[in-house]
Amino acid sequence: MSRAGGASAGRIGEAFRKLEGAGRRGFIPFITAGDPDLRTTRALLVELARAGATLIELGVPFSDPVADGPVIQRASERALRQNVGLADVLETLADARRDTDVPVILFSYFNPLLQFGVERLAEESARAGVDGILATDLVPEESAEFNAVLTRRGLDQIFLVAPTTSDARLRLVAERASGFVYAVSRAGVTGARTDLSSEAARLVGRVRGVTRLPVAVGFGISRPEHVAEVWHYADAAVVGSALVAEIEEHAGRPDLVARVGQFARSLLPN
Amino acid sequence: MGGVLDINPDAGGHWGRYGGRYVPETLMAPLEELTEAFDAARDDESFRGEFESLLRDYSGRPTPLFYAARLTERAGGARLYLKREDLSHTGSHKINNALGQVLLARRMGKGRVIAETGAGQHGVATATVCALFGLKCVVYMGSEDVRRQRLNVFRMRLLGAEVREVDAGQRTLKDAINEALRDWVTNVADTYYLLGSALGPHPYPLMVREFQSVIGREARAQFLEREARLPDALVACVGGGSNSIGLFHPFLADAGVRMVGVEAGGTGAELGLHAARFNRTGGGRPGVLQGTMSYVLQDERGQIASTHSVSAGLDYPSIGPEHAFLHDEGRVEYVSASDEEALEAFRLTSQLEGIIPALESAHAVAHALKLAGEMKRGEALVVNLSGRGDKDVQTVAERAGEELA
Repeated sequence: MSRAGGASAGRIGEAFRKLEGAGRRGFIPFITAGDPDLRTTRALLVELARAGATLIELGVPFSDPVADGPVIQRASERALRQNVGLADVLETLADARRDTDVPVILFSYFNPLLQFGVERLAEESARAGVDGILATDLVPEESAEFNAVLTRRGLDQIFLVAPTTSDARLRLVAERASGFVYAVSRAGVTGARTDLSSEAARLVGRVRGVTRLPVAVGFGISRPEHVAEVWHYADAAVVGSALVAEIEEHAGRPDLVARVGQFARSLLPN
Repeated sequence: MGGVLDINPDAGGHWGRYGGRYVPETLMAPLEELTEAFDAARDDESFRGEFESLLRDYSGRPTPLFYAARLTERAGGARLYLKREDLSHTGSHKINNALGQVLLARRMGKGRVIAETGAGQHGVATATVCALFGLKCVVYMGSEDVRRQRLNVFRMRLLGAEVREVDAGQRTLKDAINEALRDWVTNVADTYYLLGSALGPHPYPLMVREFQSVIGREARAQFLEREARLPDALVACVGGGSNSIGLFHPFLADAGVRMVGVEAGGTGAELGLHAARFNRTGGGRPGVLQGTMSYVLQDERGQIASTHSVSAGLDYPSIGPEHAFLHDEGRVEYVSASDEEALEAFRLTSQLEGIIPALESAHAVAHALKLAGEMKRGEALVVNLSGRGDKDVQTVAERAGEELA
């Protein structure tokens, strides 16, 4: 069976090639834009890049985040209370680009992207320095037009795969994806867990059978030992809720950014 | 309208641009499994036989088509018939879909059923069929709806279901669906999501329509028998849209039958005061919510808007995708009735016909009275009386400033 998906031409592909060349694995933090405010988001992007992020997932707040557990739901609510929209998220990133060139992907539900306008999204994302887009509720069966428009602007298409994804659909994702593939460690919503499921390693193996793209694993990763475990079989580990919980806990404190940076560093095994 | 309207979705569950599947990846496999099970069941004589016998012997179908003489007199125009879904077991049309889907859940070997509920009617129907078949049942309900519909919460618990209050967002139907989806995505292996309206990702809108179409098939046959012709108009309320699509669908090819869906007009036309998804100036436009592309009440940034209706069952920011399609095609007209109009119709139906309607159904009656008055005396219309109003007595009493013990 042929393996679809090649090296990405953009910053994401370059970041993974650099890791591979150094024999290392990647770390992908997630934060919600506008949580607790956009100025902090800008500072966190820079700080997380310094802390060793391979790339950063920037969450676009949405009123009805069905794929998220309570921690990221609350982050979305905090951002929406300040009326943070996609245009603000892009503006913040464009500004942060003066201080960091870490690859950034937007992590969003489809409706805010659709209402923004797909052509406009592609154009303004490219201009703001977005490297890829992941729409959690936009599966490949519904995404052809969306992918085509974004690809024309050089944006990578990140898709989720799950332990429940059939082989036929894994191939469909592989045909459409670029940058990397995001493997969901287990059935469920986002959120920290004590143990990682063994399903994740099996899933990554199946993904490797259909694509040469790097594979990141996320959902439930909250401790350095989880990161170390994922690094045994995948190219990168995504940490979301644990980081967002840290932001929630220290919101309003002057040393918030430094603390979150420190927490991120503490997740990386030596 | 040129040509025959294609009333069936494509293989991906699309009616034109509407419908489809917009879900987290984890749910794609269970949706495919459900679609296969549903397709197989549809063609299976024994499944259909079991479904029909339960509708007859357990739910009490067919429900009557009742000529409402005093409402007709009041409207002063077309003759008004009520399709008496309120006489179904558990008090609303929701039992039709619950019976169909619980049979599917059994065929699929799922031992745990989850559901969302707004007014509580679907929750009660689901709790009922789970009791009938000995399945574990969890019902998600917004805490605002729990407050509005305490009687139904108690009924569900009495039937052995666990009712989980949802304290997120606006604490109504939409938030209950979010929580049910989160449960499903976490427990896909053993859990059947028994969605209660013609909403959500494919195959739900199609499946719910199929199980509810018994309403329209009966009404069509009953009307033909009484009047030896078809009705001139059909009227039904539209929340998610299951009772209305159930009534309308068997008539869609009958070009002479006018169809009107009645949305909740709430207390005003501004975004936030109503649940009228086709009110374009009031914030309704195509978008994606809870697995499907349809009309959605939202702000300019695509955040889902809060809604208002006196009836919990219509208090929802989106609408079934087939309705979005029928709206754009111009086959069905969509209008709205305000809280006040619905309450007045609630009172009139109670006092003129001795039938206390659900507040949802009262929206349909409110518009039917207007419409009948504009129609000729020789004409006739059928209103779907989708549920009974016992559950709403408390709400109506509170609004009248009366304390019930």
